[in-house]
Amino acid sequence: MTFATLAGTESSEWLAVQDIEVIYDGAILAVAGVSLRVGQGDIVALLGANGAGKSTTLKAISGLVQADRAQVSRGRIVFQGQDTAGVAANLLARQGIVHVLEGRHVFAHLTVEDNLRSGGFLRKPTRRELEQDLERIYAWFPRLKTKRKTQAGLTSGGEQQMLAIGRALMTQPRLVLLDEPSMGLAPMLVEEIFAIVAQLNAEEGMSFLVAEQNINVALRHVSYAYILENGRVVSEGDATELAAREDLQHFYLGGKAR
Amino acid sequence: MNFFLETLIGGLLAGTLYSLVAIGFVLIYKASGVFNFAQGTMLLFAALTFVSLREQGLSFALALLLTVLVMIVGALLIERLVLRPLVNRSQITLFMATLGLSFIIEGLAQGLMGAQVRALDLGIEDVPLFVGEIMISQFDLIAAGVSALTVAVLALLFNKTRIGVALRAVADDTRAALSLGINLNRIWQIVWAVAGVVGLVAGLLWGARQGVQFSLSLVVLKALPVLIIGGFTSIGGAIVGGLIVGAAENLAEAYIGPLIGGGITPWFAYFLALIFLYIRPSGLFGDRIIERV
Repeated sequence: MTFATLAGTESSEWLAVQDIEVIYDGAILAVAGVSLRVGQGDIVALLGANGAGKSTTLKAISGLVQADRAQVSRGRIVFQGQDTAGVAANLLARQGIVHVLEGRHVFAHLTVEDNLRSGGFLRKPTRRELEQDLERIYAWFPRLKTKRKTQAGLTSGGEQQMLAIGRALMTQPRLVLLDEPSMGLAPMLVEEIFAIVAQLNAEEGMSFLVAEQNINVALRHVSYAYILENGRVVSEGDATELAAREDLQHFYLGGKAR
Repeated sequence: MNFFLETLIGGLLAGTLYSLVAIGFVLIYKASGVFNFAQGTMLLFAALTFVSLREQGLSFALALLLTVLVMIVGALLIERLVLRPLVNRSQITLFMATLGLSFIIEGLAQGLMGAQVRALDLGIEDVPLFVGEIMISQFDLIAAGVSALTVAVLALLFNKTRIGVALRAVADDTRAALSLGINLNRIWQIVWAVAGVVGLVAGLLWGARQGVQFSLSLVVLKALPVLIIGGFTSIGGAIVGGLIVGAAENLAEAYIGPLIGGGITPWFAYFLALIFLYIRPSGLFGDRIIERV
């Protein structure tokens, strides 16, 4: 019994963000007090309007804030028992945190396949392992296989989003930070991508923290969600519970959550 | 007609050297967004080191190997002492840093190895070859061959290796590369080392042609028009740009020179670059943003 409780605690403490504040250029406050938890194998959403601080929160977790001349000026980020605030992004990628940036950020001049290869850089796989990993990604995203020799910049928005996720999967992550996967995509594609993410979570046990403006779609696929407003968490709860609340739609349009 | 062909071929062969110098710039510019003003002094430093080692009685191969090592160590130092502390600064800051760096390297070279002109003998005899009735310089031909080989090795490195894919990834999108676990500092070290070695090859070929002296570092100014014509971000562009500049210089000197009293070579490349700036500012092969419409 005690053991079970302990294990439970450990899993909910897997990623813990404790009351962080993030400042850009030493002056601009982007996140003013965000706390959240992601357990191992969880799929969690970070919801909010444009400018609420979703991207900055993800960047604080992945270490990319430093590359934007920003820093976590207060609070703690603990991943697998280690304090990670201020650790460089490439080192956190080694720990299993990968960040799929808002707007995809595929390597436009590289072919689709070379994009995926770049995701394998970290692990120094043998040629054979690399081929197997590529096939695994193509199995998840069959569309990418047909475009493997195409320059990534010339593929469609949906394909680029799939490529960005596939490339991230090549690092064999434990935690995937997915920023605004629905941006600029047709509803059917958004649904397809979220379905794949949910399936990856269910079948491979990969944890996801997804930042989204598209509250409806996100709540249908995640189990728990946090709502951000002006750099603070204003509400949180189980996805089904949040989906039933009426004030959320109102809030999505820029109003206040009650 | 023979005179035209001779002039053209001579120019193209000389142009391969311009290409080689320009490639050093492109490598660093693509990977770290820095216009490395110190590329010329790196080239001079490499050639001087090689000559000095040869004067100490070292064999050709050993001197070459040691110089390569010196260039790699130099790259590591530059990354650690100059680039890393200035990460995320503006382009002009980094440019100024490399400007300063070029004077430091030059001063260092002068202090360590002296300022006099040194002869560099690569053991290539400069006898004219005849293809039909066209005369070609054997030295230029071999120099062009070495340049082509260097480019081929670079192409393999960039397209077929794990490091190469990472280098191109960083050139395309630094943040995304970082998020995938690619260590930018390591990439910069590699790129500067490769640019140093390319500088060594270029430095030896130029040095053998005109002696190793401090004016060698001024090839940096020759590379600028090449880059403007070919595009700052394309190795292919650097190659084509170098060839265009080499050929145009030679042809202009031969055909337009007599009309205006000669002395065209020093400025014609800039004239050409200016025209390119009017009609094609990103150069022949410069990156335009790829976007799907």
